Amino acid sequence: MIEVRGLTKRYGDKVAVDNLTFGVEPGRVTGFLGPNGAGKTTTMRCILGLDYPDKGTVVIDGKVFRDFAFPMREVGALLEAKAVHGGRSAYNHLLCLAQTNNLPRRRIGEALELVGLTEVATKRSKGFSLGMSQRLGIAATLLGDPKMVMFDEPVNGLDPEGILWIRNLMKALAAGGRTVFVSSHLMSEMENTADHLIVIGRGKLIADCTMKEFVARASGASVRVRTPSADQLIRAVTVKGATVGTGDDGSIEVRGLSAEQIGDLAFDEGVRLHELATVRASLEEAFMELTADSVEFHADAPSQPASTMIGTGSDR
Amino acid sequence: MTTTTADVNLPALPSAAGRAGLRGVLASEFTKLRSVRSTYWTLAALIIVSVGIAAIAGFGVASNIHNNPQNKAGTDATQASLIAFFELGQLIIAVIGAMSITSEYSTGMIRTSLTVMPRRGTIYLAKLIVLTTVALVVSLVTSFISFFVGQAAMSGSGVSASLFHSITIPAGALVKGGPAGGNGPGSVTFQGTVTISPGHVLAAVIGTAVFVTVVALIAFGLGAIIRHTAGAITSAIGLMFVLSIIIQLLPDTWRWDIMRFFPDAAGRVLSVTVGPSNPHLWSAWPQFLVTAIWAVVLVGAGGYLFRKRDA
Repeated sequence: MIEVRGLTKRYGDKVAVDNLTFGVEPGRVTGFLGPNGAGKTTTMRCILGLDYPDKGTVVIDGKVFRDFAFPMREVGALLEAKAVHGGRSAYNHLLCLAQTNNLPRRRIGEALELVGLTEVATKRSKGFSLGMSQRLGIAATLLGDPKMVMFDEPVNGLDPEGILWIRNLMKALAAGGRTVFVSSHLMSEMENTADHLIVIGRGKLIADCTMKEFVARASGASVRVRTPSADQLIRAVTVKGATVGTGDDGSIEVRGLSAEQIGDLAFDEGVRLHELATVRASLEEAFMELTADSVEFHADAPSQPASTMIGTGSDR
Repeated sequence: MTTTTADVNLPALPSAAGRAGLRGVLASEFTKLRSVRSTYWTLAALIIVSVGIAAIAGFGVASNIHNNPQNKAGTDATQASLIAFFELGQLIIAVIGAMSITSEYSTGMIRTSLTVMPRRGTIYLAKLIVLTTVALVVSLVTSFISFFVGQAAMSGSGVSASLFHSITIPAGALVKGGPAGGNGPGSVTFQGTVTISPGHVLAAVIGTAVFVTVVALIAFGLGAIIRHTAGAITSAIGLMFVLSIIIQLLPDTWRWDIMRFFPDAAGRVLSVTVGPSNPHLWSAWPQFLVTAIWAVVLVGAGGYLFRKRDA
């Protein structure tokens, strides 16, 4: 269980994380989502004590991370796959990490075997591909058989096979009762992996809920309607307090009323309907919508589309 | 690389009692040092440069005395064989000292190191102990080899120093006849004697090694403060080498008064076994204390920043 309370971190004038409070529970995969630059990495660095928060606290099972007798047995974290000395062999890299926590040497061979790097154990990690570096980083996180694992954008630069491998690994770790906390700026990445979501934008909490709740909350009651009497229907639903948008294909998008309410209204008005469907937002749309709100709330240009905020900006 | 979900479970780890502490981190830091090639390259460079130049300097002294016998008077054979070690070797060991901490920043390894062992004071102390031990052992070995190789190169010249018995050399010389400049067959009359005790020589050989070790610590402290390999090495070389050259250019009236406060001055008095040491510097051990204070201040400031700054 990781508890983040009122976490605030500034770098110079820039507020990276702004009064953030959330918890990460064991036994499930918790996705940590936000556009690039939302403060995900900063939050993880503060959890590990790499960065010192300006305000707020982080406790892990009731303790500050550095107070654990054997930190590697509590948390295994992979923030940057390339944060290794490239001149050191994979084996020696894991050895120097294992020695700090008095872990047995045989553990290194086991971890290398698990991630499939046994054959390159004596090779210097300088020559490793990003995928191999990710595997080496994951081997390091598992050395201490930790109760919690934390991965920052673990699928970056991986091939489809590697992505599948990491997904399965995270699910298996969570199924084994561990706390799994994984960040991503891609909603699609979480869709098949995460059970729970923490969504942040501009350093602030946007959502802390299950995957189901997240989709429901973001999609609201959006209903797609196709009708020959669009103007008449728009007037009718607007009177009832709904908001209306028009689709590219001549359909209209109604929010604030359910499909049943719209159908009844159309019947009363004598409007013929050709289509009436509740739109379940995809996870990606839900995510865009939620983070766009946070962007709009802060940005000077409220009309700026959300898509420009995704995948831009530097992550720190 | 076809690992499936079923393979995730590593064998159980035996439970551990106590607390991860300095002992394990010392082993880890030693592993870090011995598992990268740069360590071996720099240590080899240190030994080759120091011993190689000690041999060349030895032959130089021997040939000089062969041509100018009067130069036998007052020649410090010990310092002649150690000068390359403390003037050039200190620059190489500064690279080892600085890199033992800056390489973690340039590679990003520091974030991994502090994630597996978040007690930063323990990491810093372990780095310091491992560096001090390795630097001291290598410096002592280099210092003794430089001394013996230098003496071997000088053998037959009539000038030498020994760790085993006292050596008496002339204190001064008068040259009569022969061409001006003393070259050629003039007659040389030696005046007075100086006796060099083996204890004095031993103190110079060991003292120089300890001095060079402390230079490694100065570079380590600078590395912890600057966190950048090139920046730390440049400032260490600046402090130990360039600054003293700049000071040489200052007016005589006051350059001598400030020289003794700089960390490089000790090397020039610790290695002396013949004659009065530089009148403008303190004697060997007080002058060494100046270097040590620089090291303590820089290592202390580095340690403070290592703990307080975001990694």
